[in-house]
Amino acid sequence: MPILEVNNLKKKFENTEILKGISFSMEEGQTISVIGSSGSGKTTMLRCLNLLEFADEGTITVNGEKLFDASEKLGNPDELREKRLHFGMVFQQFNLFPQYTALENVTLAPSLRGDGRSSEEILNMGKELLDQMGLSDRMNNYPHQLSGGQQQRVAIARALALKPDILCFDEPTSALDPELTGEVLRVIRELANKHMTMIIVTHEMAFARDVADEVIFMDSGIILEKGPAADVINNPAKERTRQFLSSLSSH
Amino acid sequence: MFWTVTLSLLEGFLSTIKLFALTLLFSLPLGLLICFGSMGRLRILRAVLRFIIWIIRGTPLMLQLLVIYYGPGIFFGINVWGTSGQGRFMAALIAFVINYACYFSEIYRGGVQSIPVGQYEAAQVLGMTRWQTFKKVILLQLIKRIVPPISNEVITLVKDTSLARVIAVYEIIWNGQAFIKSSGIIWPLFYTGAFYLIFSGLLTLLFRYIEDKLSYFR
Repeated sequence: MPILEVNNLKKKFENTEILKGISFSMEEGQTISVIGSSGSGKTTMLRCLNLLEFADEGTITVNGEKLFDASEKLGNPDELREKRLHFGMVFQQFNLFPQYTALENVTLAPSLRGDGRSSEEILNMGKELLDQMGLSDRMNNYPHQLSGGQQQRVAIARALALKPDILCFDEPTSALDPELTGEVLRVIRELANKHMTMIIVTHEMAFARDVADEVIFMDSGIILEKGPAADVINNPAKERTRQFLSSLSSH
Repeated sequence: MFWTVTLSLLEGFLSTIKLFALTLLFSLPLGLLICFGSMGRLRILRAVLRFIIWIIRGTPLMLQLLVIYYGPGIFFGINVWGTSGQGRFMAALIAFVINYACYFSEIYRGGVQSIPVGQYEAAQVLGMTRWQTFKKVILLQLIKRIVPPISNEVITLVKDTSLARVIAVYEIIWNGQAFIKSSGIIWPLFYTGAFYLIFSGLLTLLFRYIEDKLSYFR
């Protein structure tokens, strides 16, 4: 059974159709990279998966459980919160909470949730995650004392702390100085090696190719091409994909 | 003479501080209610509150004092404030509370709107409830943002209390001015400035302390 099945997602903002019927599925442990020009609907698709936006049509199924069905009424806020937790989200702008240290950013949500773990367990888990991110000496720093790359790694640890089934990244390195992207890509790569299920919206083509099992190319609201990463990026089937990729390499 | 004047001014200043403290006590929370209403879903309530805010911020506080004190008698022929000093103080207090609540509500609104959407979204994807999001994520950031403009308003309020004398509330300037008539001396009026300066100086220190306490994050 696929871990995620997305069926015919459509989303309109005012009168512009951003998603025109997105369907795909992925297996547990897979990493999918989503590429495409800005405005193609990549971010909107991630936001629909995380239920930050509600699609106008379509369904989202995780592990056989239907999380979202546009033809049915939304659940109450508590049900919605539970459903959201199947997904983790790492934002382009990190969105760390400025008044909390790196460690507190990671432990805040789990301790508010009260999922049976003691505060000591949560604290240890937080330290362990930050350690994995290479931030063991930064745990007690506030976000403004950290570089962009460090902040993004804290954000990844924060998302992992809730043990999501699928971790989504929305252009995780786009807000970073070029010399800081490497450290973030490295931890994402390590997660891929550990078979974390991930969907990564990115502009880093080489990274998309190397880290992902499959690549989805989106173009004006549809999935134009989907396939093994190396095929789509090195040898795209569609002319539009080729155009997009060559426009990237030309500058 | 100096002691007589000082005592009289102190008495007036007590009245000033009472007006100041009670105004804050009521207008800070009332401003929050107005803020919620003016940002809420009810379109009619929103329109009404925005209209009231426009009137209150668009006219002099002195005029508002006069309207609230004399208005009921002139327009409806009812004497709500009685003839005592207490009644006049009450009228002044109500005018100040309404006026400052409107200003505070706009400060709150600006603060709420200045919190990046990403903070709410991050809390949402981390499974926090709306209340947890407000209490644990938003509130402190909001306080940090509104402390400087609130401190401005509060220090303005210290001096604005002197307007209450237009409806004969015996605050410090009233008492200082009284010496011109009774003793033919004007220096007590100037002397009142010292009281304002000391009090606003203390408030400045207090707000600086609060800002310092909140400076550990950005």
